[in-house]
Amino acid sequence: MSTDNKTSTAKQDVPAVENPEAAAAAVTAVDPRLLVREQGLAGYVGEFKRKMKAGELGSIPVVIGLIVICVVFQSLNSAFLSAQNINDITVTMVGTGMISVGIVFVLLLGEIDLSVGSVSGAASAIAAVLAVNQGWPEWLAVLAAVAAGAVIGAAHGFFFAVLGAPAFAVTLAGLLFWLGFMLQTLGENGTINLDSDGFIGQLTTYFFSDIAAAYGLAALVTAVFFLTSFLGNRRREAVGVPSRPLSDTVLRTALLAVVSFAAAFMYNQYKGLPLATVIFLVFLVGTDFLLRRTSYGRKVFALGGSVEASRRAGINVTAIRISVFAISGGFAAIGGLFLASKIASANQSAGTGDLLMNAIAAAVIGGTSLFGGRGRTWNALLGVLVIVSIQYGLQLESIAEPVKYMITAGVLLTTVVIDSVTRKTQKTAGRA
Amino acid sequence: MSATPVLALRGVSKRFGAVQALTDVELEVHAGEVVALVGDNGAGKSTLVKTIAGVHPIDEGAIEWEGRRVSIGKPQDAQNLGIATVYQDLALCDNIDVVGNLFLGRELKRFGVLDEVEMERRARELLKTLSIRIPSVRIPIASLSGGQRQTVAIARSMLGEPKLVILDEPTAALGVEQTAQVLDLVERLRERGHAVILISHNMADVKAVADKVAVLRLGRNNGVFEVRTTSQEEIISAITGATDNAVTRRAARTSGEVEK
Repeated sequence: MSTDNKTSTAKQDVPAVENPEAAAAAVTAVDPRLLVREQGLAGYVGEFKRKMKAGELGSIPVVIGLIVICVVFQSLNSAFLSAQNINDITVTMVGTGMISVGIVFVLLLGEIDLSVGSVSGAASAIAAVLAVNQGWPEWLAVLAAVAAGAVIGAAHGFFFAVLGAPAFAVTLAGLLFWLGFMLQTLGENGTINLDSDGFIGQLTTYFFSDIAAAYGLAALVTAVFFLTSFLGNRRREAVGVPSRPLSDTVLRTALLAVVSFAAAFMYNQYKGLPLATVIFLVFLVGTDFLLRRTSYGRKVFALGGSVEASRRAGINVTAIRISVFAISGGFAAIGGLFLASKIASANQSAGTGDLLMNAIAAAVIGGTSLFGGRGRTWNALLGVLVIVSIQYGLQLESIAEPVKYMITAGVLLTTVVIDSVTRKTQKTAGRA
Repeated sequence: MSATPVLALRGVSKRFGAVQALTDVELEVHAGEVVALVGDNGAGKSTLVKTIAGVHPIDEGAIEWEGRRVSIGKPQDAQNLGIATVYQDLALCDNIDVVGNLFLGRELKRFGVLDEVEMERRARELLKTLSIRIPSVRIPIASLSGGQRQTVAIARSMLGEPKLVILDEPTAALGVEQTAQVLDLVERLRERGHAVILISHNMADVKAVADKVAVLRLGRNNGVFEVRTTSQEEIISAITGATDNAVTRRAARTSGEVEK
């Protein structure tokens, strides 16, 4: 701004001096109401304050919540932040977390999928029957189960998108139907034990015990993040559109490096890097890329914003809706396999209880809006981390199941209230 | 101005069941010309626009595009010819930023991945050529004022370099300043050689930017006027179908009150 101002005063002498702001605006043709971001540290602080006021909280409440959880439980029992406990938490959370990733997709449309719990149970039953009873190779049984989950989801999507039935009601029917299907499939015994050294069993029991694995992954993640940010900014500069200052990129990379190397160090204190965590991270990166960097993802967001506008823009609304429910079903199946792996069996209680509620709660607690069009799949990771941490913390304190339910309910209610309130603030700040 | 009109309607008729919505309607639009389409509610303006945009195919008559006879059966036909329509209710997604909205449904890709950088560059360029001022191209549409949203919606229609732009009541819900912005934009479309059909109820807007006014009344042509040489009263009497109408009566009454 200031340099433009100088040049304008140099060229046209009289009015610019008297009204430097107007002169600068006239030269740069930038809307004078635009909030110009200051450079450097002051810029960060200013931007942060403005976002807080406007209700753009993003993941901040959940990160603060996680810190509070850690402090409280650690002060109650020093075993909470032990390497073993954190390791257990991050492995256990993968099952629910995977289901929650699918829920994020559905929530982005502003819809809900109540069938994911039952579908995850049905998928574990399908995999167990094919692998144990039918003698299929386990990897093939896993593929078949995930495919079945996607087809089931697509069927729900068909009733919703083509026949126009409310997604809430369709998936509620799905919840009952696939629960019955699972019980039918498991047969009289009700439990099929899986080989704990097989492919499914290893999903949650395999660890990369070499310490180089965890550190290597942390280094790789940091390097890839820095390179893509750096090259992206270089390209933006070359084309002449606003880019982030280098200090910004460095700061973000440093933050990521601290988190990932701390995690790697912690994993190496116990058994090493868990395979389940690696798979979860791969899926999170993949789905985040799909949602934010491809035209498919753009269409999902567009549908969450305005169905009519999407239709006029030539988006095939029906196809996108069906595909999103198929993704939700697919991730429910993947989650179901991780949950079956944890107990090395497919049994009648799979996919029941509080699983469905935890999966939805995780997505919402992580910051995905229930109103559609806002959210990221990383929200699923943060949310499920909160829920499972609370469960483990309460377990360490030997607090009974009923109290656990009530506390999780309190956390969920708090998050939904935060979502609604920030949405109101965003409306008054003109950003919703 | 070229001799052959970009778009010409010859004796177009359209029926909906028992209702004859359009009867023998004639309309010509040339490149670099703004034609205002006016008429009372139910006069057939929206129906006429929808026949051009391909939403409702015509029953009788002919549509000529640059002198050639064409048939427009569906919205894609119109788009392929180079007709862009900006509807009254905005077709924008509140949660997506300006760049995303401009390119919605026709995203630019690089190695199969959204090319955000190129889209942002093109968006800035487009907004600059149309002299559209918005705080940032990276803020969600929800943060923009009504007028800014309308200009974004119009800019969006310009991306495909259309020859004809149809604006359905672009200033209906806008304030004074925002209306002026949109009218400026309409003039810029004309300067760039686009043909524009502007539907409006607002005579001031029509007088401000249109070259010609085509009046529809009860689904029929009721005169085409040169804006420069026609008074507002003449246009209003054509719209209402009589020189003695509610508008003139009211004008006479209020002017009488002033004299007293």
